[in-house]
Amino acid sequence: MFRRPFASRGIRRSIHLGTLPNSHSPIVSSLSFFKSVTPDGGIIPTFRVLDGVGRPVEGAQIPEIDEPFARRLYENMQLLPTLDTVLYQVQRQGKTSFHMTSHGEEATIIGSAAALELDDEVLGQYREMGVLLWRGFSVDSVMNQCFGNQEDTSGKGRQMPVHFGSPKHHFHTISSPLATQIPHAAGVGYALRRSDRRSRNIAACFFGEGAASEGDFHAGLLLASTIPSPTLFIARNNGFAISTPSTEQYYGDGIASRGPGYGIDTVRVDGNDVLAVIAAVREARKRTLEQGRAVLVEAMSYRVGHHSTSDDSFAYRQRTEVEDRKRIDNPIARFRLYMESQGWWNATEEEELKARLKADVMKALKRAESLPRCELGELFTDVYAGEEPWNIKEQRAELTGLLKKYGDSWEPWRTELGRFKNKGQDLTSV
Amino acid sequence: MLPTRRIPTLVSRPRRSFSKPFQRHNSSVAEPPPAGGHLPSIANSKLLRTTRERSLRTQGLSWNDEQAESTTVRETRKMNVYQAVRDALSIALTKDDNAVVFGEDIAFGGVFRCTMGLAEEFGRERVFNTPLTEQGIAGFAIGMALMGHTPIAEIQFADYIFPAFDQLVNEAAKIRYRSGGQYNVGGLTIRTPTMSVGHGGLYHSQSPEGFFMGASGLKVVIPRSPIQVKGLLLSAIRDPNPVIFMEPKILYRSAIEQVPIDDYTLPLGRAETLVEGSDLTLLTWGTPVYHCETALHMLNDPPPALAPHIPESLRKAKIELIDLRSILPWDAAAITESVNCTGRLVIVHEAGMTAGVGAEIAAEVQKRCFLRLSAPVKRITGWDTPVALQYEKFYIPDAVRIVDGLVETLAY
Ligand SMILES: Cc1ncc(C[n+]2csc(CCOP(=O)(O)OP(=O)(O)O)c2C)c(N)n1
Ligand SMILES: [Mg+2]
Repeated sequence: MFRRPFASRGIRRSIHLGTLPNSHSPIVSSLSFFKSVTPDGGIIPTFRVLDGVGRPVEGAQIPEIDEPFARRLYENMQLLPTLDTVLYQVQRQGKTSFHMTSHGEEATIIGSAAALELDDEVLGQYREMGVLLWRGFSVDSVMNQCFGNQEDTSGKGRQMPVHFGSPKHHFHTISSPLATQIPHAAGVGYALRRSDRRSRNIAACFFGEGAASEGDFHAGLLLASTIPSPTLFIARNNGFAISTPSTEQYYGDGIASRGPGYGIDTVRVDGNDVLAVIAAVREARKRTLEQGRAVLVEAMSYRVGHHSTSDDSFAYRQRTEVEDRKRIDNPIARFRLYMESQGWWNATEEEELKARLKADVMKALKRAESLPRCELGELFTDVYAGEEPWNIKEQRAELTGLLKKYGDSWEPWRTELGRFKNKGQDLTSV
Repeated sequence: MLPTRRIPTLVSRPRRSFSKPFQRHNSSVAEPPPAGGHLPSIANSKLLRTTRERSLRTQGLSWNDEQAESTTVRETRKMNVYQAVRDALSIALTKDDNAVVFGEDIAFGGVFRCTMGLAEEFGRERVFNTPLTEQGIAGFAIGMALMGHTPIAEIQFADYIFPAFDQLVNEAAKIRYRSGGQYNVGGLTIRTPTMSVGHGGLYHSQSPEGFFMGASGLKVVIPRSPIQVKGLLLSAIRDPNPVIFMEPKILYRSAIEQVPIDDYTLPLGRAETLVEGSDLTLLTWGTPVYHCETALHMLNDPPPALAPHIPESLRKAKIELIDLRSILPWDAAAITESVNCTGRLVIVHEAGMTAGVGAEIAAEVQKRCFLRLSAPVKRITGWDTPVALQYEKFYIPDAVRIVDGLVETLAY
């Protein structure tokens, strides 16, 4: 099954030395080690089409996009940080428990979303809210999940903020344990290929360069390449896993260097260049489907925000480093300059868009924070399908009994019950 | 995903300075009466030893230095739990050249600040970040321990210990046995933050200690306070067996004590009786220790809202509160002795009921104390569901559930 051995200088082929039983590896007589996967022994290059100020790089092929598509891209790239900024503030005010922003990765996330088909199955890590936005998951739905209210369709208020999920948008529910979605994605891809109606779809799996250190990363890529499965792996290399810089995460050449180890097509792309991301992911998607086998994209960017609302990144990186990065290379500004150069965008439109997005987000926020949580009884549902085991039944009854006893009189419980739809009566009045 | 430097307080749990505290010592802070009435919280728990005198009288404390017997010259310093962890690690690193500390994000201090400044003090060769792989961290630590070193590895959250489960259960636990005693990983210690904070949801609230109960060869320890953390962690590091040391994360900041600054240990495998009593044994570990303390208060002196549910006749009941501390192996002798005297046992833990640690203890106690039992062993635990974010206050056993269970068991 060997297709392409690692290319390296200094390996001289020699046919007369014979062959190996289980490999087409050519036999050579000179001892030579290698540690690069590129033909010239260098670092894997990064594909880019727009320079830092939005001008096409010499010789670059700009992917085909028309004005309406470009505008949609840009709007989503702006909506994402608009939501992030508000949700971050809202957490700071104590209204929600948590948030994680995508600041700095807007091009990677929106660009890949735009290159996928809307019904490709997406398995994300947690910083991929933009994929859902691209697919029309509403601002209300985002807010409702983050507030964990009765309209949180992602998980009935059970999961932390940003743990979205929506079968309608072919977006599998986020799980906090890192990398677990990577082998799932191989299985999802395989299942797609086995379903007639879905055989034109692929599975697309997002993960961070940190998560790629987990054993599940290896398991997932190994299975999707070997079995094989039409699964596209998109590594978001944003330079950090919480405080750990990517230089302490791996010794090799990023995540991309691992692709050839699994024998799969691999590309590294400038994750701050939305057009490069679109071009790379479109081509990667095409190959995934044609070959029915894993493909790997590594998108390079920089995590401009803190890891999450629980993190203060200035404890481990210089404020100036972040400010410099923001100034030198802002993925949104880069694309805006390109749009302007095409005559597709101008300052007035920019102002209007920002005002409109802010208003939409604030309206959704107002609504979401006014809604109660789901009914308290949802604590016990969805553990099993089918017949409910005795222990769950009995425990629901036990809580019900306690609520009947203390729910009215014990103020801390009464206050807490008041936050649920029907204030716990779904349990106590049956 | 919830590395948090600002560990939020669990609930706006009502506070109180008692007039008749059951463990004597005074640190009353005047505060407006909170909504739920006057009750103790972690912050003003009487179980915490906030004076030098009480600190030095910690049960079972054994000094690990030349002037072993003397307490008069000993000093203490005010520390919270993460500072006590750091203090223990610093002593281990200072006294044992083979000791190393590593894990995800620990070089800058760790997401809970437990390793703050250690990399600067002891160098990056001994205190270092690992790539993000729990199975790798555990396996690497086992390798070092096999060579007689003292790896002290951190798993960032107990919820994320499962990728390391194979290494811990099949390797760390069994190496001594499978090699006929020739190899061992006694030097291994795995530290990990555990239990709920009130808004962690499914994957930042779990208490997975029960999953290790069947892994003979491992020890599992869960401390309740800074003094306990330091002494038990130093014991864990020096114990000739691999130890999983689970630190209740809500306590990192909220539990504060005067902690002896010298090197000392506290015994593994021994429960500690925190309040003596003869009518019922209340057994727990970690965070719920403080909910149990609150519940004892509610029982003795119920706030008006609870009074109707707490019969006068039971309010004088003498409850024996025991902190199990060592979960594996657990102190069956101490629990048996207590239950044989009280005839009643209530076990409180945050993990779900089914096959939780309480199940094992209940089974053993009914065997050992069968004829002495006046009531069935009661377990007050999380439900057999995942921990759901918005529902967490009705998932985690709180003081009201505990006092209700006490009344039920006393009145049985
Ligand atoms: C199995 C597991 N271990 C540890 C964590 C804690 N954790 C949450 S996010 C994170 C860093 C992830 O970094 P990366 O994969 O690069 O993604 P990024 O946050 O940069 O998008 C860590 C260590 C976790 N959620 N799951
Ligand atoms: Mg990252």
